[in-house]
Amino acid sequence: MYHKEKSIQIKNSASALYNNLSVMRIAPRRLTYFTVVHANVVNMITASWDGLNYSHRQLQSKEPNVATSTSLIMQAAFCALPSRDLLVVTSQKGIQMYESDGSIMVYWHALDTPETPTAQAVFGRGISAVRENFICVGVSAGAILVFDIPSKGSNITLSEILEEHNESITDMASECSGSQECIADLVSADDGGNLCVWKSGEEFQLLNKISGFDMSCSSVKLWKGTVVAGYGTGQIRFYEAVTGILHAEVNAHARWIYSLDIAPFSGLLLSAAEDSLVRVWHLTLTPETNSVEVAHLHNECVTDTQICGAKFCDGDGYAFAVTGYDLSEIIRYTQS
Amino acid sequence: MTIRCDSSNPLRAITRESARNIRKNNREPDQVSWPTAVLQPVMNDIVGTMFSKNFMDELLKPQQLYSHRTMKTVLTRLAHTSIMRLNPASMDRLYELMIMAFKYQVFLCPRPKDLLLISYNHIDTIREFVKDTPVVLNQVDETHRKIIEVYSSLSEGEFQLLRQTLLIFFQDMHVRVSLFLKNRVQNPNGRFALSTSGPVPHGIDVPGLIRTFDCKGKEVSRAEFPTGGCYTSPIREGSFLLHGDRVSALGLNMYTVNHLEETHTSKTPTVKQQADDTPNLLAKEELNLLARLMGSMKAENMPKAETVFRINLFTTDREEEEEEEEEQARASGGAGQSLYEVINIQAMQDEQAATELALIAGQFAKGEEKPENSESNKGDDLLAMMDDL
Repeated sequence: MYHKEKSIQIKNSASALYNNLSVMRIAPRRLTYFTVVHANVVNMITASWDGLNYSHRQLQSKEPNVATSTSLIMQAAFCALPSRDLLVVTSQKGIQMYESDGSIMVYWHALDTPETPTAQAVFGRGISAVRENFICVGVSAGAILVFDIPSKGSNITLSEILEEHNESITDMASECSGSQECIADLVSADDGGNLCVWKSGEEFQLLNKISGFDMSCSSVKLWKGTVVAGYGTGQIRFYEAVTGILHAEVNAHARWIYSLDIAPFSGLLLSAAEDSLVRVWHLTLTPETNSVEVAHLHNECVTDTQICGAKFCDGDGYAFAVTGYDLSEIIRYTQS
Repeated sequence: MTIRCDSSNPLRAITRESARNIRKNNREPDQVSWPTAVLQPVMNDIVGTMFSKNFMDELLKPQQLYSHRTMKTVLTRLAHTSIMRLNPASMDRLYELMIMAFKYQVFLCPRPKDLLLISYNHIDTIREFVKDTPVVLNQVDETHRKIIEVYSSLSEGEFQLLRQTLLIFFQDMHVRVSLFLKNRVQNPNGRFALSTSGPVPHGIDVPGLIRTFDCKGKEVSRAEFPTGGCYTSPIREGSFLLHGDRVSALGLNMYTVNHLEETHTSKTPTVKQQADDTPNLLAKEELNLLARLMGSMKAENMPKAETVFRINLFTTDREEEEEEEEEQARASGGAGQSLYEVINIQAMQDEQAATELALIAGQFAKGEEKPENSESNKGDDLLAMMDDL
């Protein structure tokens, strides 16, 4: 169903972090951007669609104007808003927002880091663009920071802090079907496996809270009102976002799931885990009953590699890319 | 291993004699084993220092990940709290071996919480080494209790964060170890083998099942999918208590089965320079951290220079000066150097040499006196070591 393409070499190897690959297609310029995190550096690769040109850039997690500060990066993700695209980077020190090509940092938000380290780690993790003008970022204490993004310029402001989670945020996702009819706009997940479903606005509204089983939910997606959640137990669960009804459960992997992605136009689902396997599934939703059908389509084994990132490269799921811990390449697969 | 001694060391005459005897018997100088009488004090000193209350208290404080440079300094200092001395080349190779072994354990750790089981395997084995020395044994037990206290309440998610941070420390290290290659846990390219078959970790369901439910939670359908692997049910869970069957083999002594095994390590030709060479922007913070750790190691355990003996753990027969010359030659572009730096550790019984060493050990025991370190300044020791970095 898929065959392996030529890999993209990266300057450093990928670190073992959840959702450690972000992909953005720039159709007008026939380019795709990839970001992969290595310790305190974000590797950014720009690849031309004809496969002939690759350029590399590295971003560090730094406070502006502070020469010696550097901290471990937890996540880097592209945020596509109607008016602009931004690259958001979260670390142990704060949250940075760059223009999507990584050229200029437009915003820095410092996290409250204590003078001497405490037993509780401090970091940002979980990044999602929401609706027209919001970017939401999770933090280790469990709060979600909602940033209001103007259509251009750096006048980004912290609009709201949502405090519903008691454990570290692991991942967040917004409704990706493009449908305006869905009530739920955002889902957030934490280290205890708890999920919160939100409606965006001037003030975000909590629609539903789905309890976890004390098992971390490391990756989450929201598609056509269905929450797709991947857990440390290797399971994927499908919940109806607003009601919390569990519609399907898959014993998908033998180890911790690190990444999920959905191709919104075709309903393809990608799951990747520490067990070295990437799996492709197909989802069918029946609107009347809100039931979910899950069909398994394809497996790819990345030998001896604990996978940490897997993303479709386009909305149809025609191609996908994979990163693994200690691997200095982005592996690509295309439909045969 | 060959035994080297300082020229000022009265033991030198004895070891030269031993070396002559060994050669007379047509044995390789490397094929020498260490009898318990020599090993046990070394073991007690190292374990005693490492598990001392001050040092452990310092280690158990929340802190950032160390750099490789700091880690190597701490381990070098630890190794030298006994009468043993390792030359820099030996220490480098030993460090690589330790890092790769630990990387293997953390990488293959089935569930993040099993990091504790690995640590408890380490501690159980150390307990065995010092079981006849009550003072040190007690320190080990105390440390174990403290670790249980600090870590038992962490969630799986927090353990995974810990593991991910440790994996950053090990990133990009692919030194090949012959024992690992032989056991097929490591591939020729230096990467560890990850199996897609075998028991799943405790608490995980065997993959392969898709289930759907109706609005009331009743199962509506069940289907299987091909997993591409061969997974079986989990085995029993290991014990997280002070004593118990840990079940997991990760963290156990890999040499016990292969006690006649040689160990070679070699770098893969394309290995990049480690982060040690990059300027450390957090140098000041790191040095403070290091100073606290060093300070918490008892200075009284540092013997006077005259009573130490140097160990060249690895097969180079040359004196250190000759090694330096060679490195200079290499640096100036000496051709034909092997890509591989091979380290041999051979642990084979040699009765003749063993008797010789027992003699030497006897000399030690009789003449041993507690070194007076009232003059020595902990700070000076540390500064001297820093200058060498």
